[in-house]
Amino acid sequence: MQNFEYANPASLQQATALLAAKWGETDVLAGGTDLLSLMKEEIHTPKRVVNIKSIPELAGIRKAGAQVHIGALVTMDELAGSGDVPHALAAAAAGVPSPQIRHMGTVGGDLCQRPRCWYFRQGHGLLATKDGKPLIPNGENQYHAIFGGGPAYFVSASSLGPALIALNARIKLVSAKGSRELPVKEFFIQPKDDATREIALRPDEILTEIIVPAATHSSTYEVRQREALDWPLATASVALSMKGNTVAAARIVMGHVAPTPWESAAAAKALVGKPVNEETAQAAGKAAVAGAHPLSHNAYKVQLAKVAVKRALLDAVQARA
Amino acid sequence: MANTPDYSWPPMETRQVMGQNIKRLDGPQKSAGRAKYTSDFTRKDLLFAAYQTSPYAHARVTKVDTTPAERMPGVKAVQVVSPAGTEVQWEGTEIVAVAAVTEEIATEAVGKIKVEYEVLPHLVREDDLTKAGTHVKAAGEKTVGDPEQAFQQAEVTSDGHYGIPVVTHCCLETHGQVIEWRGDHVNCWPSTQDVTRYAGTLAPNLKVPVANIDVRMDYVGGGFGSKFAPDSWGEVCARLSQKAGGAPVKLFLDRATEQLIAGNRPSAYAKIKLGGKKDGTITAWQSESWATGGVTGGGSPPLPYIIANIPNQRQNHSAVSVNCGPQRAWRAPNNQQASYLTCCAIEDFAAKAALDPLEVFKTNLNLYAPEARRATYAWQLDKAAELAEWKQLWKLRGQGSKGAVKRGLGIGFNAWAGMGHNSQCRAIIHADGSVEIEIGTQDLGTGTRTIITQVAAETFGLPVGAVGLTIGSNQLPPDSASGGSTTVGGVSASTRKASVNALAKLYEAAAPALGVEPAQLEARGGKIQVKGGGKSLTWAEACRKIGGGGSISETGANDSRNPGGLIAAGASGIQIADVSVDTETGVVKVNRYVAVQDCGLIINPRLAESQVYGAIIMGISTALFEQRVMDEQTGRMLNADMEFYKLAGISDIGDIVVHMDIRPENDKRGVIGLGEPPAIAICAAIGNAVANAIGVRVPRIPMTPDHVLDTLDGRAV
Repeated sequence: MQNFEYANPASLQQATALLAAKWGETDVLAGGTDLLSLMKEEIHTPKRVVNIKSIPELAGIRKAGAQVHIGALVTMDELAGSGDVPHALAAAAAGVPSPQIRHMGTVGGDLCQRPRCWYFRQGHGLLATKDGKPLIPNGENQYHAIFGGGPAYFVSASSLGPALIALNARIKLVSAKGSRELPVKEFFIQPKDDATREIALRPDEILTEIIVPAATHSSTYEVRQREALDWPLATASVALSMKGNTVAAARIVMGHVAPTPWESAAAAKALVGKPVNEETAQAAGKAAVAGAHPLSHNAYKVQLAKVAVKRALLDAVQARA
Repeated sequence: MANTPDYSWPPMETRQVMGQNIKRLDGPQKSAGRAKYTSDFTRKDLLFAAYQTSPYAHARVTKVDTTPAERMPGVKAVQVVSPAGTEVQWEGTEIVAVAAVTEEIATEAVGKIKVEYEVLPHLVREDDLTKAGTHVKAAGEKTVGDPEQAFQQAEVTSDGHYGIPVVTHCCLETHGQVIEWRGDHVNCWPSTQDVTRYAGTLAPNLKVPVANIDVRMDYVGGGFGSKFAPDSWGEVCARLSQKAGGAPVKLFLDRATEQLIAGNRPSAYAKIKLGGKKDGTITAWQSESWATGGVTGGGSPPLPYIIANIPNQRQNHSAVSVNCGPQRAWRAPNNQQASYLTCCAIEDFAAKAALDPLEVFKTNLNLYAPEARRATYAWQLDKAAELAEWKQLWKLRGQGSKGAVKRGLGIGFNAWAGMGHNSQCRAIIHADGSVEIEIGTQDLGTGTRTIITQVAAETFGLPVGAVGLTIGSNQLPPDSASGGSTTVGGVSASTRKASVNALAKLYEAAAPALGVEPAQLEARGGKIQVKGGGKSLTWAEACRKIGGGGSISETGANDSRNPGGLIAAGASGIQIADVSVDTETGVVKVNRYVAVQDCGLIINPRLAESQVYGAIIMGISTALFEQRVMDEQTGRMLNADMEFYKLAGISDIGDIVVHMDIRPENDKRGVIGLGEPPAIAICAAIGNAVANAIGVRVPRIPMTPDHVLDTLDGRAV
């Protein structure tokens, strides 16, 4: 780890004033579950680290009418245990691996964390190249993307992203110059070059909160091999508007299968006007992966994404206490 | 002494302390964090060292410029390990080390050293033999009987290919040591499996007399066969201390370097064909196998494992040289691989013949296992089957549960020698009644402290709390390396002998007061008494007869070539895995894992069971999760960490059922080592259970979702 300046602002205003306009100069520290590894591996070598944990306005879950405002510092544990957030989101937070990460890791950190791609973490850049050639298509791509078509093949590491997109949530970003809001879906970016970040956050901005509309039928299912700390192999989050027993509208978003959370309109379309049962859920899963292009070692993830969609759908229509 | 004293173990039914479930004596220290491992070592003048290592799998070092580090404030010593001209054969090779006043300065300084390389071609993967080219070397061919004819006459033949990858040791405490080299004396605090011989191995490199090297270690955070020697980092650490004027230097490998260079278990791959009769008797074996243990090749599983006497065999084995860190012994070297390859082939043969594999294992172990072990295996198969509810739960391959989640059962077997190593012990009885036992051994977390104390307490007729124990120093009577499951035999025999010898002296001191010959005395229940009842002295009264301020100090030795009935070699076990496979996700869960294991006389059943639990947990981790992932494009290990190098967590284990086979005929054999045998058969049993559940063989360990789903969907694994 390289030396750095540590700043501990007490307000959002102080914090944003400490951020640089260029990536690489400053990093924001919340739970630190990702940033510290990045700094130890010298993938990130910020000159200044801005701790935002002492900023009270970034904490807490607040209900406002039919919406819930979730502060960037809310931990995965708080989110998983909150009765105020839709099931898909609580389930996604509960699925974050390891009690330690759930305890320390924050909503903002989950959305801003860097890809877990092992080539990226060994210093080959976001697009993972060596001597200008991409490493992933012919390399160890068992955990990599089955959607997106390159040149980025990492998978978005966010556990909450797919659920937030399925729930049509919005995200609030604040800089010294002002604030903006955008749909979570627009927050994730498929980079075409190594200089582009995989998220829409600008280097001088802080993610302050998420605004989530209420939802009655939603769920998240993740396929993960280990119970112990392990990243999901594929996930799916779904949110349904029901008309009686049939689906009026649906949003179906897969995770860990593409450089961004991957929404499938085809899967949603396959469900509309139908009840959710084993057969329709399976058909939706099939539709969800119709456009997948697996790499040399990750064809199995197509099956995992398909079954994650099916199981999330079946879970979403289960009655919950 | 005219007669050789009787060292033999007290009969099973009269033992007071041995055979008791005494809790691990160092448990409270460890669980409260008071136990200090070498990596916990701290002192005001301590310097911290760090390495720069090669990012290339194969390269020639052309330049090492250490000046940027030497100029940094706080840097106290720089040691070049691989000077210009050195050919680096694997990623992680140590190039240069720096010692500085803080870990941060050492890391920063060593990172500033400029190293240049000429990059050379590499091979880092051996799983596809066709791509290994000139890295493949023939490593043994064998023909027994007439395999060609036997296969022609076979009523049933089965074919399979199987693979078990390189895994790393993953010691929680990485390799390393603290060393201070002051004048002509060197003080070492290593993390080692061999306290006694550490100095003797280090001394020639330092050109310091062995007598001037002091070695101390109280606790070690895992070894598993990878921590026998001081290694190159022992010498580098000493040189850094010397250059820094004798200040103690702490040099521990970081996690990535630990994964890369501090040991791994060789892989093994094989195509195996079996032929035999419809009744399940195997008559012919054919195998083409290959393996790697690093640049020198290595890895030679003994095939066929245990059922070695199959009358017709054709085998050939190749060693593949790869540019990866060198292999080290890994908890029963070569045996997991051999057990996996052999037991999977047997299970596939049974499935092809549509027979119950329990019977096929029994038939063939009874025909082809070493004669002395056949009856034990037969008994253990039945016992394990009973505990696993085999009769109720087992179904023909692929004929099990409906629905996406399939349940299956599978068998594996193990065998290990485990003869006690050379060991010397000193037993001291003081006139005030206190007792000390001294052995230059080490406790790897296996319970060595506890069992030594139990043996001494049993011999003296005292509770364990009355016996003091010192281990972990080369100033004590010499022991040997803790490897090969040899420690329990070595230390229990030497402790028994030293304690019996010391007790004989105490009898001599006490006999006049009781008016009998020393030979008429016995030590029981805290007393020295006349055998068969009658007069007695309390332990304290008897010890006072030694005379004011005096002590009895006697030694005892175990000679592994002449164990004298206290210990033996040859443990065996049968294990059955019960798994559920989600065929939609490829996720395998262990429902229950049954282990039936013998290891002769058991000094502490609780600790023996703990050894088996530990072995199974480690084995389940390798069966489901662990593999070294190498990237041929960069020559680098992609998971030199504990994030993508996956280890089982506690909730990944399932229920473990351990049955120690303590029948009297086993007890009579004496003490046999247990560290390794129960770790051998887990990949075999789980691999077989998965095949039984889903109806097809997943050829390659670990049983990950990609391997399982690729197999189910007909893709190459």
